[in-house]
Amino acid sequence: MSATEPVLVPLEYQEEELTTLIGPDWADRLLHAYRWMVLGRTLDARMLGLQRQGRIGFYGPATGQEAVSVGAWMVSKPQDWIFPGLREQLLALARGHSLTTYLHHLFANDLDPARGRQMPCHPTAREVHYVSMSSVIGTQISQAVGTAYALRHKRDPSVAFAFFGDGATSSNDFHAGLNLAGVLDLPVVFCCTNNQWAISVPVERQSAVAHLSEKATAYGMPGATVDGTDVVAVFASLNGAAEKARSGHGPTMLEFVLYRMTPHSSSDDPTRYQAKDWMARAQAHDPVRRLEDLLARRGALDEAKRALIALDADGEVRGAIATAEKVGPPLSESLTTDVLASPPAPAGTGSDGS
Amino acid sequence: MTELTLVQAVNRGLFEAMKSDPDVLILGEDVGVNGGVFRATEGLLKEFGAERVIDTPLSESGIVGAAIGMALYGMKPVAEIQFVDFIYPAFDQIVSELAKFRYRSGGQYPCHVVIRTPYGGGIKGGLYHSQSPEAYFAHTAGLKVLIPSNPADAKGLLLTAIHDEDPVLFLEPKRIYRSVTGEVPDGDHRVPFGLASTVREGSDVSVFAYGAMVPVAAQAVDALGAEGIHAELIDLRSLVPLDEKALLASVEKTGRAVIVHEAPRFCGYGAELAAILAEKALYSLKAPVVRVTGFDTPFPYALEHLYLPNAERVAHAIRTTAKAA
Amino acid sequence: MPTQPLYRKLRSERRSNSVADPTPSTAVDATGAEARIPSTDLLGVYRMMVTSRVVDERCLTLQRQGRIGFYVPMQGQEAAQVGCTWALSPEDWIFPAYRELGVALTRGVPLKLLLDQFIGNSGDALKGRQMPNHYGYRAFRFVTASSPVGTQIVQAVGTAMAARRKGEPIVTATFFGDGTTSSSDFHSGLNFAGVFRAPTIFFCQNNQWAISLPREKQTRSETLAAKSVAYGIPGVVVDGTDVHAVYGAVAKARELALAGGGPTLIEAQVYRLGPHSTSDDPRRYRSDEELNAWKAKDPIARLKHELLADGQLTEEADHEVWESTKAEVAKALAASEAMAPVQPRTMFEDVFAHIPLALEEQRDQFEALSAPGATKP
Repeated sequence: MSATEPVLVPLEYQEEELTTLIGPDWADRLLHAYRWMVLGRTLDARMLGLQRQGRIGFYGPATGQEAVSVGAWMVSKPQDWIFPGLREQLLALARGHSLTTYLHHLFANDLDPARGRQMPCHPTAREVHYVSMSSVIGTQISQAVGTAYALRHKRDPSVAFAFFGDGATSSNDFHAGLNLAGVLDLPVVFCCTNNQWAISVPVERQSAVAHLSEKATAYGMPGATVDGTDVVAVFASLNGAAEKARSGHGPTMLEFVLYRMTPHSSSDDPTRYQAKDWMARAQAHDPVRRLEDLLARRGALDEAKRALIALDADGEVRGAIATAEKVGPPLSESLTTDVLASPPAPAGTGSDGS
Repeated sequence: MTELTLVQAVNRGLFEAMKSDPDVLILGEDVGVNGGVFRATEGLLKEFGAERVIDTPLSESGIVGAAIGMALYGMKPVAEIQFVDFIYPAFDQIVSELAKFRYRSGGQYPCHVVIRTPYGGGIKGGLYHSQSPEAYFAHTAGLKVLIPSNPADAKGLLLTAIHDEDPVLFLEPKRIYRSVTGEVPDGDHRVPFGLASTVREGSDVSVFAYGAMVPVAAQAVDALGAEGIHAELIDLRSLVPLDEKALLASVEKTGRAVIVHEAPRFCGYGAELAAILAEKALYSLKAPVVRVTGFDTPFPYALEHLYLPNAERVAHAIRTTAKAA
Repeated sequence: MPTQPLYRKLRSERRSNSVADPTPSTAVDATGAEARIPSTDLLGVYRMMVTSRVVDERCLTLQRQGRIGFYVPMQGQEAAQVGCTWALSPEDWIFPAYRELGVALTRGVPLKLLLDQFIGNSGDALKGRQMPNHYGYRAFRFVTASSPVGTQIVQAVGTAMAARRKGEPIVTATFFGDGTTSSSDFHSGLNFAGVFRAPTIFFCQNNQWAISLPREKQTRSETLAAKSVAYGIPGVVVDGTDVHAVYGAVAKARELALAGGGPTLIEAQVYRLGPHSTSDDPRRYRSDEELNAWKAKDPIARLKHELLADGQLTEEADHEVWESTKAEVAKALAASEAMAPVQPRTMFEDVFAHIPLALEEQRDQFEALSAPGATKP
């Protein structure tokens, strides 16, 4: 079965439907979305290669999950806040974070806004309201709720988006965050990217519920399960949830079911725990190819344009890598800065002989 | 005897314990089908089945809390926290529950859980895959805290821990999981708690280290031999209970002490060692106690090689101490 | 009106490879259950509820008189606690919170032993280490309570998994309040129990107040039992002032758990008639009207009416129940108060199985300093 090319599950939207859901300019908008998805896909492939060559230390790919980041980009406004998980970097880039700056971060060099303090794929992009993430699972969920409270308190009509995976639904902060958002009716959208694996633990072993979105019931908020490889469905569901939050009608939990098409990270070997047909099922739901196929069938994308987009993405990524790789490591004084606004005592206090 | 890496020794220790005692079971994230992200539990699922090697949901308070419940009932659970950096959601279960159950119940409910978890830097793990939080736990009455530095101790201390009556936090130096190999006794090999081990004998300066800092300190001590400085290196390996006798005996002999750990200095475990020396060995000291530690900052990614004490820093400290009047 | 989010609903069947297999569950059942307490048991149940009330009132007074340091009353929750424990087997393990007097008494814990704990004297099995109400007795399969809320929930799941592994046909029952449903261990405990189908009964006494926070500010979910949906397990709401309803729901949950059907979340709706603890003044945050409305549903009065109606009890016999209980409590209290205080030396015991050298040193220093005249120059 894995030997044969998997049949793509097509997106069955008619033009009228796309006009209703996205607008009369749906073709332009989806084409723009497609460009970002291709860029994300290209970046993943290149960076995984670089990681294997030892040129960067770690990489957490988002291959298979592009539709969620790009759908969120289509929906979110510049003043909205993003609390990402491990696989939302494409959203930072689409919101305007420079690719070169992101590459500086991946190389952990001196121009990384966080001065190489975090592992790769943990970017900080304050200029696009994309909050610095933690490797600790779920902590961003309750933080997003706090920001949502502050937004409402300051009469700011923005929304906080919290992204997290299926495994994070078991975390303490999922429970704390959704409960508080429910009680206080806050403008936050909980986006669970259920890629069906928490490293090696399948979602059936993560929870006994049929759909993770059912967990919304426990917090008195609406929940819905969405095909996370269908960028149109992602856009439409997120748009509804964001508008609901923006208009003061409280939080929503969306579960985007999708497929992790790569290892958990560059440190993981999924052949140890995934069934052989997993990748075939994943490829049948490849979000980039599904959108490409839809655009082609609706006459918005031809082969020449497709090739050009791919070429552009490749060039952009190569250029950014070339620039970033030339920059040296962070200066050693960055070791002791930013611990506190003003250090309590010289960091060298004590008697280390060095 | 078998030549093993440190992580293989951990694996062998778990295997021995599970084979000899059906009450021993393992729970944690990715410990079953995946064999653990560092492969410490490799092959155990196949050997002992899913009832005894439990892949849990992603919830550290769940893992430790459920392990406590199993232990109350008389099982011997070995919980794995994937990285010690992720232990904090379970801090309440560990500090408020596990460490206090025996005491708060007047001895009725001993609660014997072993928590195994990789700690420390040196694998390019950044802020959240590198921490050394041993001092938080050593500070908690009711917990034993162990850190092996070599394969034989890893297996021997782990087996002692699993068969002990008290809760044990077993911190594994992941940086040397595979870089250190050594002969490990086969079978039910046990290393007693509260007993430090002398790695190098010497008479000029005492060097105290544990975990991944032991090979670093050994490198420094060896290099200084050429300069005529003969340092004694003690691997503490059991932080709680501490081998205070070994600490004092060595300093009474040398009159000089260097303490090495990769955790930040302020209120680090070394502070306790220095305090004990001040209380009980002040008149033996010929020079101030020196600590070589991580900085009082979060753990950095790109510059971890500068953050972590290395042989040069340790050697410099020993040299300075040896020459101090 | 908010826009309805568009989404493509995926297949809604349960996953075929789910470890928690396909029993239809998740429905919240508000009808209560059929099983009733055997009529011949009812006087015993009533007596136990009265005993709980008498001890509770006595202890509130003792605290005011300075004879015990602290107290957590449970008035209003007698039917929930006694009814629930009545449906359990003595072999089942109990993981209580700190408000489970009725559970402990029904389990058979002697009154004097409880009072010894409240006083913290040399008869206290816990050696005077915990605040009053945080007792536990291994012989009664009643685990020591903690002050952090919720920690016992996931522990109960672990014990249930261990008991199943050992082939012992028992359940674990864990008790907690409405506020605890917000705790991390509620979340991890119910999730673990769902995934591993642990034979655990989650008995939530929703007494409407977490100190000063009312139930509706605790969570937006419609009922607390509805939270079971999030874990793929059954959830039930019962009137916690109706001892039959409580007994029936627990009996049914126990049967399900023993048959391998996994855990149940039961929400017993009650009211905390007293303060959260002796350190709390509920008049600061709730109204007399609300209190009086619930007082009219006093579970003890409710059972008394039933017993009077079916002729098992007369007013005279009832009077005798109260008076004899008060005498029993007075006698146990006198015995407890005659006990010697706890020995200071015990402070250093039970930290570990064997006292470590460093702690032994601290104990010896302490004892040397405590000796008469030791600190004189």
